[in-house]
Amino acid sequence: MKSGRTSWLVAGLIALALIFPQFVTNKYYLNILIMSGIWSIVASSLNLVLGYTGQVNLAHGAFFGIGAYASALMMLKLHLNFWLALPLAAALAGFFGFLIGLPALRTRGSYFAIGTLCFNIIVTLIIDRWEGLTEGARGLMGIPGPAPIPIPWIGPIAFKTLTAQYYLVLGFLFLTLFAMKRILNSLVGRTFRAIRGNEELAEAVGIPAMRVKLLSFTTSCFFAGIGGVLYASYIGFLSPELTDYHVSFDSLVYIMIGGVGTMAGPIIGTLLFVTIPETLHVAAEYRLFVYGLILILMIIYLPRGIVGGIGSLMGKKTKGVP
Amino acid sequence: MSAILKAGGLSRFFGGLAAVMDLDFEVNAGEILSLIGPNGAGKTTVFNLITGTLLPTRGRLQFFEKEITGLRPHDTAALGIARTFQTTSLFPDETVLDTLIVGFRCRTRMGLWDALLKSGRARGEEEKSRRKALETLSFIGLAERASELARNIPQEAQKRLAVGLALVTEPKLLLLDEPMGGLTEEENAGMIRLIRKIRGQGISILLIEHKMKVVMKISDRIVVLNYGRKIAQGTPTEVSQNSEVIEAYLGAGYAE
Repeated sequence: MKSGRTSWLVAGLIALALIFPQFVTNKYYLNILIMSGIWSIVASSLNLVLGYTGQVNLAHGAFFGIGAYASALMMLKLHLNFWLALPLAAALAGFFGFLIGLPALRTRGSYFAIGTLCFNIIVTLIIDRWEGLTEGARGLMGIPGPAPIPIPWIGPIAFKTLTAQYYLVLGFLFLTLFAMKRILNSLVGRTFRAIRGNEELAEAVGIPAMRVKLLSFTTSCFFAGIGGVLYASYIGFLSPELTDYHVSFDSLVYIMIGGVGTMAGPIIGTLLFVTIPETLHVAAEYRLFVYGLILILMIIYLPRGIVGGIGSLMGKKTKGVP
Repeated sequence: MSAILKAGGLSRFFGGLAAVMDLDFEVNAGEILSLIGPNGAGKTTVFNLITGTLLPTRGRLQFFEKEITGLRPHDTAALGIARTFQTTSLFPDETVLDTLIVGFRCRTRMGLWDALLKSGRARGEEEKSRRKALETLSFIGLAERASELARNIPQEAQKRLAVGLALVTEPKLLLLDEPMGGLTEEENAGMIRLIRKIRGQGISILLIEHKMKVVMKISDRIVVLNYGRKIAQGTPTEVSQNSEVIEAYLGAGYAE
């Protein structure tokens, strides 16, 4: 009953997302939604390792940045096509995740969080200093957008308009969520949750915790990389700050607010945090203050975020009915 | 009877303290062997050494003639050694059924790509896991609690679930660490029935338990530890008449 209602709701929201640009052509709003879409991909991918596997990764900005920079460099310096650079850059982000995961995932809890945070700082420093490759603080400019996809009979699909960019990002968001759902509903996803719930017990029932954590982490970094590629080609400009720990913390906040370990949580959190400050024109200097305040209040009163809160409310209601 | 687990000269030191010292013992196929002794005698350490949670300082372990010294817990579990923990250890946010499904993971073969593509193998293994979990669920007598969260069920049911979780991994040897701790007299009887039923399936059991009445009733053999050393072994009758055991553990009043 409840799952039936949820799937109708999801179908409705997907339909709404699909027809949205037909009603709203305002560039400003479309831009906000495109950014929300990109950050939703990043936050959802972080949620896989953080929300479902219980590993507080604070290096997500680095993997987002590696995807973004790798794709930008491939397109600018090697003149690769966007559609080739995208999987390569995402795979590279995943590969870095694998390399970092090998030592970092041997630590637990706050040690893992601190270790990954250090890695993030190192990545940003390297990107900032390695001017020969990354142009350092000047940043990378003129990153091309996606090449048109030629389709016989209909003609090529170009990505010149904002509407087309919107659909591109939406498509990748759906792809990301679809992949997450498939993984989480499988036996593989169950092992992720087992490690979140009780790592020692998971080991005791024959789940190789290290290998499973590494799989979750690598997959998560791969999708963060996709977010980075989309960002780079949409904005067309990259600078080292885009890889730094603020990105990691932003994604973390989106998840915490929306609901850790839920499918909808990261998207709701991202939508709120990307849209509201933009539309209310909250001054940037107050942003961190407001973030902090909201985060503290949420952790005290709604530790499982908006989605978790709604879930427990509905749970209470249904419990009352015999 | 043939020994399935052999420990030879097994020792573990914590700093200068010997938690387990030169321990030799065997678990035979299909038997219930109890490990008893005062608190701090090293019983749980022996479990941790067998499963690979701790590495032995010295000595070796063989399981079905295969060297298992130095293997990690997930490897020993895959080989067929399952355990429960002294403080009931579960996945608190999973339902009873989901707990058992994930417990069967080590007997399934499917990976990330199978999950993403929802391959025939993925669906087949999921179906197999669900069947196995349901079967184990009725075996441990928790069928009517299938959809409750593990943390919400009563303590006695949690103890059963912990045993079920070990059992669903299809072990050949089951290590139970105080399965009756905190249970009432009546609940003890239920747990004894469950343990006997498990042994009836041909699974050997190594049991740590403080409730002597239960131990004497259920065990085929008993190994007694004191300060990490084996001070006696034998049938319940032999052990309960051993003067050293009475002095170290059972207490002077026990002999009567």
